[in-house]
Amino acid sequence: MTVENRELADELFEPAQEQQSAKSISRPAMTYWQDAWKRFLKNKAAFAGLMLIALIILLAVFGPYANNHGYDEQNLARANLPPKVPILEQVGWLGFDGVDNRGIDRYEASGVTDYYWFGTDNLGRDLWTRVWHGTRISLYIAFLAAAIDLLIGVAYGGISAYYGGRVDNVMQRLIEILVGIPNLIVVILLILVLKPGIMSITLAMVITGWVGMARIVRGQILKLKEQEFILASKTLGAKDKRMIWKHLIPNALGPIIITTMFTIPTAIFTEAFLSFIGLGLQPPVSSLGTLINEGYKLLGIYPHMLAFSSIVISVIMISFNLLGDGLQDALDPKMRK
Amino acid sequence: MERVLEVKDLHVSFNTYAGEVKAVRGVSFHLNKGETLAIVGESGSGKSVTSKSLLRLIPHPPGKITKGEILFEGKDLAALSEKQMQSIRGADISMIFQDPMTSLNPTMTIGKQIMESVIKHQKGTKQEAKERTLELLELVGIHHPEKRFDQYPHQFSGGMRQRVVIAMAISCNPKVLIADEPTTALDVTIQAQILELLKSLQKQLGMAIIFITHDLGVVANIADRVAVMYAGKIIEVGKAHEVFYEPQHPYTWGLLGAMPDIHRQEEELVTIPGAPPHLAAPPAGDAFAARNPNAMEIDFLLEPPMFKVSDTHYAATWLLHEKARKMRGAQQRKQTAANSRKAKENETVIKKSGKGQKLLEVKGLKQYFKSDKHHVIKAIDGLSFDIYKGETFGLVGESGCGKSTTGRTLIGLYEGTAGEVLYKNESVFKKKSGAETQQLNRSIQMIFQDPYSSLNPRLTVADIIAEGMDIHGLAGSRQQRMNRVYELLETVGLHRDHANRYPHEFSGGQRQRIGIARALAVDPEFIIADEPISALDVSIQAQVINLLKKLQREKGLTYLFIAHDLAMVKYISDRIGVMYKGKIVELAESNELYCRPLHPYTQSLLSAIPMPDPRLEQSHQRMKFDEQKLLSERKQEEVRLREVKDGHWVECTEREFREYQSKLSGAV
Amino acid sequence: MKQYILSRLGYTLVTFFVIATFTFFLMQTLPGSPFNDERLSDVQKERMMERYGLDKPVPLQYVTYIGNIFKGDFGVSFQYDGRAVVDIIGERIGASVVLGLQSLVVGSIVGILLGIIAAYKHNTPIDYGAMILSVIGLSVPSFVFAGLLQYWIGVRLQWLPVAFWEGFEFSILPTISLSVFVVATLARFMRSEMLDVLGQDYIVTAKAKGLTNFNVIFKHSIRNAAIPIMTILGPMTVSLLTGTLVIEKIFSIPGLGEQFVKSIITNDFPMIMGVTLFYSILFIGVVLLIDIMYGIVDPRIRVAGGNRS
Repeated sequence: MTVENRELADELFEPAQEQQSAKSISRPAMTYWQDAWKRFLKNKAAFAGLMLIALIILLAVFGPYANNHGYDEQNLARANLPPKVPILEQVGWLGFDGVDNRGIDRYEASGVTDYYWFGTDNLGRDLWTRVWHGTRISLYIAFLAAAIDLLIGVAYGGISAYYGGRVDNVMQRLIEILVGIPNLIVVILLILVLKPGIMSITLAMVITGWVGMARIVRGQILKLKEQEFILASKTLGAKDKRMIWKHLIPNALGPIIITTMFTIPTAIFTEAFLSFIGLGLQPPVSSLGTLINEGYKLLGIYPHMLAFSSIVISVIMISFNLLGDGLQDALDPKMRK
Repeated sequence: MERVLEVKDLHVSFNTYAGEVKAVRGVSFHLNKGETLAIVGESGSGKSVTSKSLLRLIPHPPGKITKGEILFEGKDLAALSEKQMQSIRGADISMIFQDPMTSLNPTMTIGKQIMESVIKHQKGTKQEAKERTLELLELVGIHHPEKRFDQYPHQFSGGMRQRVVIAMAISCNPKVLIADEPTTALDVTIQAQILELLKSLQKQLGMAIIFITHDLGVVANIADRVAVMYAGKIIEVGKAHEVFYEPQHPYTWGLLGAMPDIHRQEEELVTIPGAPPHLAAPPAGDAFAARNPNAMEIDFLLEPPMFKVSDTHYAATWLLHEKARKMRGAQQRKQTAANSRKAKENETVIKKSGKGQKLLEVKGLKQYFKSDKHHVIKAIDGLSFDIYKGETFGLVGESGCGKSTTGRTLIGLYEGTAGEVLYKNESVFKKKSGAETQQLNRSIQMIFQDPYSSLNPRLTVADIIAEGMDIHGLAGSRQQRMNRVYELLETVGLHRDHANRYPHEFSGGQRQRIGIARALAVDPEFIIADEPISALDVSIQAQVINLLKKLQREKGLTYLFIAHDLAMVKYISDRIGVMYKGKIVELAESNELYCRPLHPYTQSLLSAIPMPDPRLEQSHQRMKFDEQKLLSERKQEEVRLREVKDGHWVECTEREFREYQSKLSGAV
Repeated sequence: MKQYILSRLGYTLVTFFVIATFTFFLMQTLPGSPFNDERLSDVQKERMMERYGLDKPVPLQYVTYIGNIFKGDFGVSFQYDGRAVVDIIGERIGASVVLGLQSLVVGSIVGILLGIIAAYKHNTPIDYGAMILSVIGLSVPSFVFAGLLQYWIGVRLQWLPVAFWEGFEFSILPTISLSVFVVATLARFMRSEMLDVLGQDYIVTAKAKGLTNFNVIFKHSIRNAAIPIMTILGPMTVSLLTGTLVIEKIFSIPGLGEQFVKSIITNDFPMIMGVTLFYSILFIGVVLLIDIMYGIVDPRIRVAGGNRS
C-alpha cells in the first residue's frame, strides 16, 4: 500500500491543466440505414444470398437470349437430349457431356451438333431457355404477389392499429376469421374458379397472403404508439400526416422489409406447388413449377429434366431465406425469432 | 473478526463486438461473518458483474473471470469445477436479484421452485422439503403458505414475489447472501418492508449479506460497511459512517452531494459533470479524473493505490498521498463550503402558493380505462388541484397511483372521463379551433420518462428538437431553424456539433437534455415533467434537476413535476400533492408536507424514504399504512379534501379533520 | 378458463360457416361442368343435374348443403359415379393419416432435439451446422427433396421402393420428404425460443439455486420454450396437408391428397368441395385444440383466465 515517494515528482500533484472535457463524438454521424447496411455486410451468408439473387435475376432477364432457341420451339428430332456444355464436356463426371445415364451419347445418336446447355425436354425444347424463362415468370409472380401483399397489409394493419378502438376491433375480428381458414384451400378453390394464369395465381395468393403482413404492421404500429416519442410528437400538435411519414413508417420499415423478404420465397413455393397439382400455368408458358412437374414424368430415365429447375428453385428459396435472416439481424436484432 | 469471503484482485471481461470490455478491473474486498457489506455504484460501475462473478453466474461466453481469487472457506471459487460450484450455489452462498417480476419461472408453482433448492441441497424426502418450504414462506411473511404453495408467480405482487425469491435464497441457511439491487424495482414502502425483512432474517440466521445498490439511502439503512465502485474498481471502502461522514474520494463526495437531503432546503445540488468512461478502453490513471474538476496531473497518469485512512477505511485517490496535502486542503475547503451552503436548514421558504394567478385548474378529474368488457380501471378517480404561475407543483405517489396518467390527461393525450381541466380558464377537453389547439400545444409541453423511447431513433437531433418549430411554422429559413437548434442545444448544456447526430449516440442524461430542448423549442409556459429523472443515475439526475431549475429561473416556467422519489420532488417543488389510488390524499407546501404530514399514507411514504445518513436511518422508525383499518374506522362518513390549515389540504372525514386541526395547533 | 374456451369455440364456429359458405358460392360460379362431355345428350345432362340437385334454386341448395354437412353428408362424387364423398374420404384417409402422423412425430422429435442442442451449444460449430441444415430444410421444396430421394435412393441405389404403398418400407422415403420441413421449422423455432428463455432472469435464479445444467434445461427451460411452439402448430398442419398432396402424388400413395389432386384434374366438384371442407374442419379443429392446450399448459391463462395477447 505504500508508494515510493521519490518516484513521484511534486509537479504531478499540481492541479491538472484544462482537460478535453467536452469530448465531442469523433465518429461520423451514421443514419440507421447506414448502420444496418454495415451490420448486413458482416453477415457473409446473407450477402451471398443477395449476390445469388442478383445473379438469378440477371439470368432470368437475359438468360433466354443467350442462345437462339425459343422457349416454345419444339423439334422432336432433338428430344430428350441430356445437357452438353463446351469445355465442361471434357470432364465426364460432371454430366455435361451429352451422355445419358445408360451411357449413350444422345447427341451423336440423334446427329445434333448444337450444344444444349441444360439439355432438351421430351418435345425437343431447349431447357436452358425454358428454365430461365420459367424463372422469370416465377419471380414475376412472386414479386407481384409480395408487392400487393405489402400494399394491402400495410394499409390494413396500419389503419387498424393507428385508429385503434372500434375500428381496430372490427378489423381484427375479420383477421381472426381469415387466419382460421387454411390458405391452401382458398388458393385452390379460387384458381378452380378463375382458371390458371399469371394474374389469377397472383390474386389467389394475395387473397390470404396479406394477412401476415397486416398483423406484423399492426403489431409494430401498436408498439410504436406506446413509445414516448410518438406521445411527444402528439403533445407538440403533430398531424396524422407527419405522424405517419416521419415517425411510424420509418420505424416500422425494418419489419416490413423483412416480412416481404420472407413472402417472396413463400410465393415462389406456392406457385410451384399449384403447378404441381395441376393448377399451374398452362403450356406452352413455363414456370419453375410447371418445369418441375414435367420433369417428374421422366425422372427415372432423364433426370436432367428435373435437375435444373429444382436446383434453380432451391437456390432462389435458400437465397431469399438467407437474405431475410440477414436483414432481420441487421434491421431489427431484437425481433429475431 | 472472522472472514467468510475474501475476493482478491478480481478481473472480469466481456468479449463484445466492440472489443474486450473490462467490466471489473482488480476488485479486492472481504466479507466478515454476519455483517452487511454494501457495494454501491452507478450503472456500468461493475457492481452487478462483481456480485454475479462470486457465484460464477456471469454468462460465459462472452463473460470470463480473467484473473483473481474468490476465497470461501479456504476454497478458491474461481478455480472450482462447475459441479463443485453447483453444490455451493444456493447452499453456502445464495443470491437474490433485482426484478422480482422476471426472476421466477412463470410456469412453475412457487412451492415447487422453493422446494427445488431444498431437495437439491438437503437431500430429504419430498414431504420434508414441503414442510420446510411452508416454514420458509411463513418466515418471509407470506400468509396462508399452504394456499400460496400451489400458486404461480403471476398471482403474487412484486413485493410478495421478492419475498418468495428471498425464501428460496435462505432455504439452506446460507453463510453468504448476495442481494443484487433487490429493492430497486419496488416502491419505497415495499422497499422498506423488504429491507426490514432482510435485516430480521440476518439476525435470525446469522448470515453475511453483500448488498448491491445504487441508492445511498438504502446503503445507509442496511450496511455495516460500504464499498464504492467506479469504472470497475473499488475506489473507497470503509465502515458506513466513515464513508458517509468522512468520504475521501472525490467521487464519493460527488455522489453524496448529488442526493438531495430531505431535511434541508438546498439551493443547488452538487453535480458530477460528464458520464462514466466506457470500459472497452478504460482511461489510464484515476478513472474518475476526467469528471473531477480539481484533478491533479498525476490522476491522469498513474492509477492510485489504496491509501489507508483508518484500520477499516481505505480510498484509492492520490489526494491521500502526502504530497497532495496542499490540494487536499483546497478541495476540502470547497467541500465544506458546499456543506455550509447546504446547511441552511429549512429556514426561508418562499411562499408562492396563492400569490400568482391560477395557470391550471383541475376539477374532479376522472380518467377510466376499459381493460376488457367487464372491467374498468379507474386510473384517476376524482382529482382536484390548482397550479399557479411560476411554481413547481410536485405530484408524488407509488406505481399505479395514476400520477403519470394525470400528466397525460392534462396535456390532452387522453380525453378525460369526467371532470374538467382549465388552462388559463379555457377547457383543455372542449372542442377548439385549429388556432386554439395550436396555441395550447405550444403552451403546454411535456418531458418524458424514458430517455430511450422518447426520441425517434430515425431522426437527427436537429430534426427532433425542431419538430415543434416545424409543426407550428416557427422555424423561418433553414438557417434560422439551425441557429435556433444550436441555441437550444447550448441552453440545455449540449454542443452544437451534436445537431446532426442520431439519438443512439448519446447517453441517458444527454438524451434527456435533448428531450428538454425539444419541449423548449416552442416556448412553452407550462411543462409537465413525467418522471424525468427516474431512469438516470444519481449523478446524472442532479445535472438534469439543476438544468430544470435553471430554466425555470431564466424563463419563468411553471412545472408539474411527477415522480416517485419524494426526496427529489421535495427538493424541486414548491407544493406537493400526494396521490394514492387515483386521488390526491394530501396537498401542501413542500416543507409543510414534509414537516407535518397528516394523512397516514403520506406519513408512511415519508417514513419509507431511505436517507443517505446512517445514524438517522438506523434509528428511524417506519410507519405502515393500513388502508383496511383506515376504511373501517371511517365507516360511511363522507371523505373529501379539506383545508386543515392555510394551503394544507388532507383527504379526510369531518372527525379526522378536527383531529388534524387540533394536532396542528398543538404542534405550533 | 371456461370463458376462454367458449370464446375460442365461438370463433371456430364462425370460421367454419365462413368456409362452408365460401366453398359453396365458389362452386356456384365455377365455369366448368362435368357434363360438358360431348357424348351426353341434353336430356341426359338434365337428368344428371336433377340427380345431383343442381337444378334447384341456389338458396335452397345452400340450405340443403349446410344441413347435409351437419349430417356428415358431403354429397356424391361425379367421378366415381355416385359414390358418397364421405365414403371415398374414409377409404383414402388411412394412408394419409399414417404418412402425416409418421412425419409429424419423426419431424417433431428430431426438430425439437436439434433446436435444443443448437441453443445449448450456441455459437459453436454444432449450432451453425444445425442452422445451415434448417435453412436448407426450410427452403428446398418438399417435391424437390422427394425427387432427389426417389432418384438416388429409389432409382439409382435401389435401397427402397420408388413408389406405391404396400408396407412400412414404402413409407420411409415419403415420410422423410414430408418431415424435412417440420424438422427445419421446429429446430429453428425451438432454438430461438430456448435462447430467449436461457437469457431470462429466472434461469439465472435457477442456476443460483445450485441446480445442475440438466435440471435447468429440462425443468425450467424446455417447458417455457415449448409453449410458444404451439403457435406454429397451426401453420405446420397446413404445410403437412399441402405436403401430403404433393408427396402422395409423387410416390403414388393412395391417400386423400392424391385423390384430391385427381379430383381437381377431373373437375369432380362435390369431391373437391367435400375434401376442402374436410381439410378445413381438420384445420380449425387443430387450431381449437391448440388454443385449448395453450390454456392448459400456460398457467398464466389457465389460472387467471386472462387473455393471451
